[in-house]
Amino acid sequence: MHPKQMPTFEACSSMSSESRNLNQNQRATEFDARETEQSLPKFSSHLDNSFHQSNQAQRVAMNWDPRAVLNSLDILGQKIHQIQDIVRSTLSDERQLSIQPNEFAAQQQLINTDLTCTIIELISTAGTLLPLIKNALASGINSSGQIGGIANSASDLDLVDILRQNDNNLLSEGTKDSEYEELIKGLSDWDDEGMKPISTEDNDVKDNEDGVSGENLPLGSYEVLQLEKEEILAPHTHFCAICGKGFKRDANLRMHMRGHGDEYKSPSALAKPTKEGSSEPVPIKRYSCPFIGCKRNKEHKNFQPLKTILCVKNHYKRSHCDKSYTCRRCNSKKFSVMADLKTHEKHCGSNKWLCSCGTTFSRKDKLFGHIALFQGHTPALSMDEVKSQGMSVQGQSDEVMAKEEDIDYLISGNVIEDTNFSGLNGTDNDLGYFSSMNFDSFTFGGIDGLQQPSFDTSESLFSFHK
Amino acid sequence: MAESGDLFRRIRGRDGFTTVALDLFSTTANPSPCSYSGSAKRLRIGDAIPAAVVAEEDRHDLVDSLSEEILFLILDRLESDPLDKKSFSLVCRSFYAAESRHRRALTPLLSDLLPAALARYPLASRLDLSLCPRITDAALASVRGALRSSLRSIDLSRSTGFSQAGIGNLAVNCAALVEINLSNATDLSDAAAAAIGRSRNLERLWLARCKMVTDMGIGCIAVGCQKLRLLCLKWCLGISDLGVGLVAVKCKRLRTLDLSFMPITKKCLPAVLQLPHLEDLALVGCLSIDDEGLISLKQECKSLQVLDMSNCQHVSHAAFSSVLNKAPGLRQMTLAYNCLVTHSLASSLQKLSKLRCIRLDGSEVTTSGLGTIANSCKSLRELSLSKCSGVTDEGLSSIVMKHKGLVKLDVTCCRNITDFSLASITSSCNSLTSLRMESCTLVSKEGLRLIGQHCHLLEELDLTDNDLDDEGLRAISGCQKLCILKIGICLKIRDEGLIHVAKSCSKLQEIDLYRSIGITDTGVMAIARGFPLLQTINLAYCTGITDDSLRSLSKCSNLYTLEIRGCPQVSSLGLAAISVGCQKLTNLDIKKCYHVNDAGILFLACFSQNLRQINLSYCSVTDVGLLALASVSCLQNMTILHLGRLTPSGLAAALLACGGLTKVKLHSSFKPLVPKPLLKHIEARGCVFQWRDKPFQVELEPSEVWKQHSQEMHVE
Repeated sequence: MHPKQMPTFEACSSMSSESRNLNQNQRATEFDARETEQSLPKFSSHLDNSFHQSNQAQRVAMNWDPRAVLNSLDILGQKIHQIQDIVRSTLSDERQLSIQPNEFAAQQQLINTDLTCTIIELISTAGTLLPLIKNALASGINSSGQIGGIANSASDLDLVDILRQNDNNLLSEGTKDSEYEELIKGLSDWDDEGMKPISTEDNDVKDNEDGVSGENLPLGSYEVLQLEKEEILAPHTHFCAICGKGFKRDANLRMHMRGHGDEYKSPSALAKPTKEGSSEPVPIKRYSCPFIGCKRNKEHKNFQPLKTILCVKNHYKRSHCDKSYTCRRCNSKKFSVMADLKTHEKHCGSNKWLCSCGTTFSRKDKLFGHIALFQGHTPALSMDEVKSQGMSVQGQSDEVMAKEEDIDYLISGNVIEDTNFSGLNGTDNDLGYFSSMNFDSFTFGGIDGLQQPSFDTSESLFSFHK
Repeated sequence: MAESGDLFRRIRGRDGFTTVALDLFSTTANPSPCSYSGSAKRLRIGDAIPAAVVAEEDRHDLVDSLSEEILFLILDRLESDPLDKKSFSLVCRSFYAAESRHRRALTPLLSDLLPAALARYPLASRLDLSLCPRITDAALASVRGALRSSLRSIDLSRSTGFSQAGIGNLAVNCAALVEINLSNATDLSDAAAAAIGRSRNLERLWLARCKMVTDMGIGCIAVGCQKLRLLCLKWCLGISDLGVGLVAVKCKRLRTLDLSFMPITKKCLPAVLQLPHLEDLALVGCLSIDDEGLISLKQECKSLQVLDMSNCQHVSHAAFSSVLNKAPGLRQMTLAYNCLVTHSLASSLQKLSKLRCIRLDGSEVTTSGLGTIANSCKSLRELSLSKCSGVTDEGLSSIVMKHKGLVKLDVTCCRNITDFSLASITSSCNSLTSLRMESCTLVSKEGLRLIGQHCHLLEELDLTDNDLDDEGLRAISGCQKLCILKIGICLKIRDEGLIHVAKSCSKLQEIDLYRSIGITDTGVMAIARGFPLLQTINLAYCTGITDDSLRSLSKCSNLYTLEIRGCPQVSSLGLAAISVGCQKLTNLDIKKCYHVNDAGILFLACFSQNLRQINLSYCSVTDVGLLALASVSCLQNMTILHLGRLTPSGLAAALLACGGLTKVKLHSSFKPLVPKPLLKHIEARGCVFQWRDKPFQVELEPSEVWKQHSQEMHVE
């Protein structure tokens, strides 16, 4: 894989000619060429992807309003400074080994919270700059890879992108390279503790073990992470480097990328980023809901952590957000998670299993379990069903009755009036009427009076009392 | 009053009633009020009673001296024959009133008679409408109005035409209702079932073939009718495990449960077996029940006494064994048409100490299996191996030698058994009351003689298609308790043999002489004299009999069923004699009695007013005869094929006139000739037409040839 990729990098670097960050790109390429033997295949493929985009993305970025971009970048700069401060304070704390482990952990938690806040703001601002950001992608990754760990998840890239972008913009203001490297180092260190959750919706994140992890485990057997509200509610976490389209899942982004050229269709580009074969034990991560007072919040007395990011998202939306999705079928059920609505809509209206107590069930066995459990509850037939059945049966029988009466009339008119069937005991009956009898010419109605056929014989077990 | 001559002929004399009254007070163990002295006179209301019979006593005094209580006691003893009660009620006004208040069960023959019957019998509690093919909601409403508080039981199993509203109103308003038979109501909906669920006191409910009822309907019944003791859900294809499971959870008093031919699986069985009082369980033809479900059953049903698991094709003997182990109190077991009965299955019977009756009809049995049954069971009373393959002398003997108390034995079509088996049966099972061994062709006439010599307690004996001869019959004459004797297709028997039997078996009620070509009028005369209680006789294809036979049979006043199919020497004269003499006649088959014409039918129509079923095919009957038959209001079932001189108009008129018809078999050539609206009308009254396209076949096949053919068919 590596030997094949090498020429591609070189070709790319030669193509990126007049870009502002030409130097960085070249540097990145050189670095990559140097470091390939040590770096991981995963990393290289990422590099590969982002690298190809640089030219095109740059042109897209050119169309943007530079003032708005500058404004955003200023804000980003401030945020980054804040982060820098926080990280520095952490570093200084680390040096003071006299502090008790417990106190240290508590402090670490506080710092983490601060950091999360700041970084989320940072990212939300950076989101507006997304297409622009991709310009510096390659070099950003490069530097982070060089300094800290291997940042190969999409969100890591995002974060690093932002930083790199900052880096590029601030270069003109005379900021030294070393400062940024330090910042990035700090961030990537911190990344392992708190930044990871932002990226993961599906668990395709590779754990980066930089020796920092495991520092803050004393709270229990697991690591508690907490995302901020904005982060939880952000619609997308994966963005296309070319067109800027957002995705919830990295896999979807990879599928999307295919539309941008054949180079994204290679099996390696489409492959799911595989986990690093690290032998170090992965710390168990658990998540906390940012809503104070919630049982899922780590401050809660009986704190119950959430297992995954997805759980955090769904929990937060379900418990602490408005239910904005309304079922279009019943117009009464509301949901805050779209998936819940979809699940409901699948079954909405099919709750036809009804109990006399008014409870409805989507499944018959559930209804019968309910009825078996409670005294006096009965399966209830829906009123429509009862009525329609009743109507149909009644209608049919009425119809038959009507027909019967009609025929009774016709019989009494045509046959019975002139012959007495019950008196047909001898052979003296004139049978001539049979030939004159024409059943086809019967007219319905018209004959009044005789409701009962006169051949209604009286001989029977019950007739003797007459 | 023109009809009074016929109607009142059965009125007994005053002597009869006094006899009854005396019997009541003398507390005789078995008074027989029906056996009046032969001198009982025929009475005519109005003149005969005071003058001729109550000569010295004032009639009013006599009648008044009998309180209603005594009249009721008399009526209690008149249950055996409905006509006796009829006669009783015609004695005088107070007798009539007493009979009206006494009668509890009504079985109207025509739905038109229902209002009159309801008005006359306001205290009736059992209403059997099985003879009324069409019962409308209005009729049910009148039942509801008349018997609101007294009605306890209603049978609608043969009726159609009512809606769920009608049955619902009845179920809700008649609070005393404990028994409803709604079998065959194939269009009965869940709504109707829900309505039935509102009659809280219901104890017995039949819903066989109610295919539209689903789990929801039976769920309503299960919740509503928690006093149910009997529930029949045979052929309820709409009900699944859920419904049956709920029934088992809710109706804890169930004693009898029929789940035959239902699409149920193992899921509902645990709940069913946990019913604390379940005694009788039928799982016939439940094809969804398999081995796995039965073997995994944990529950033990100690109360179960009767189990029928016939035709469960997906169940092996191992699973049956596991089920039998779960029911230690089993008394009767039916595993007909199932798997191989082997040693292992039979050995599981060992734990069933109360087992009295085993039915394995149509199964494959092994000699070792039968041997194990013999050793495992304590004391069998009934054993049925009808149509089992693999029954050998050794197997059968091992059972009968062990179980000397055997009362009923059925070895029909066990073609491998020989005289050896018969010897062991007759030597050890002396208390047999029923022995059925049709078509045991290897048994010789000497072997058959052993039956009569040893089994003197026999009440039912079926020797159809055996090598029986007159000597055998002479031996059989030793069975003086014999009620049913079937000796059809025994071509060797002659009049002499019958005369022997007729001399001693005076209790005989049913005799089958199908294709007994050797018998003549002499034999039938002996039968008629010797069996005064005769109810059923089959003389089909006894080509030797003539009108004289019928004249002798006309003395048997209890005769209900007469089959003289294919007796070409019989004519209208004989039929006339039967009509006059046997007024209880209900079923008559005179197919291929070519000489029976309108004259005979006219007699029949005039006198046999109880006739319900008749086969007239190939007779010389015309429109006139058929129309005359229409005056028999009870007539329900007619087969009229190949009546040469019948016209479509005559047929149409006859069909119209017969108001109570439920089934008519006709030749399909008539179908286009009878107007469609008319057929529809008849069908709307509850009649079913069966159109047959059989070829016209005049010649009678001689019985020897026929038997040869049938045996050849069997060998193939």
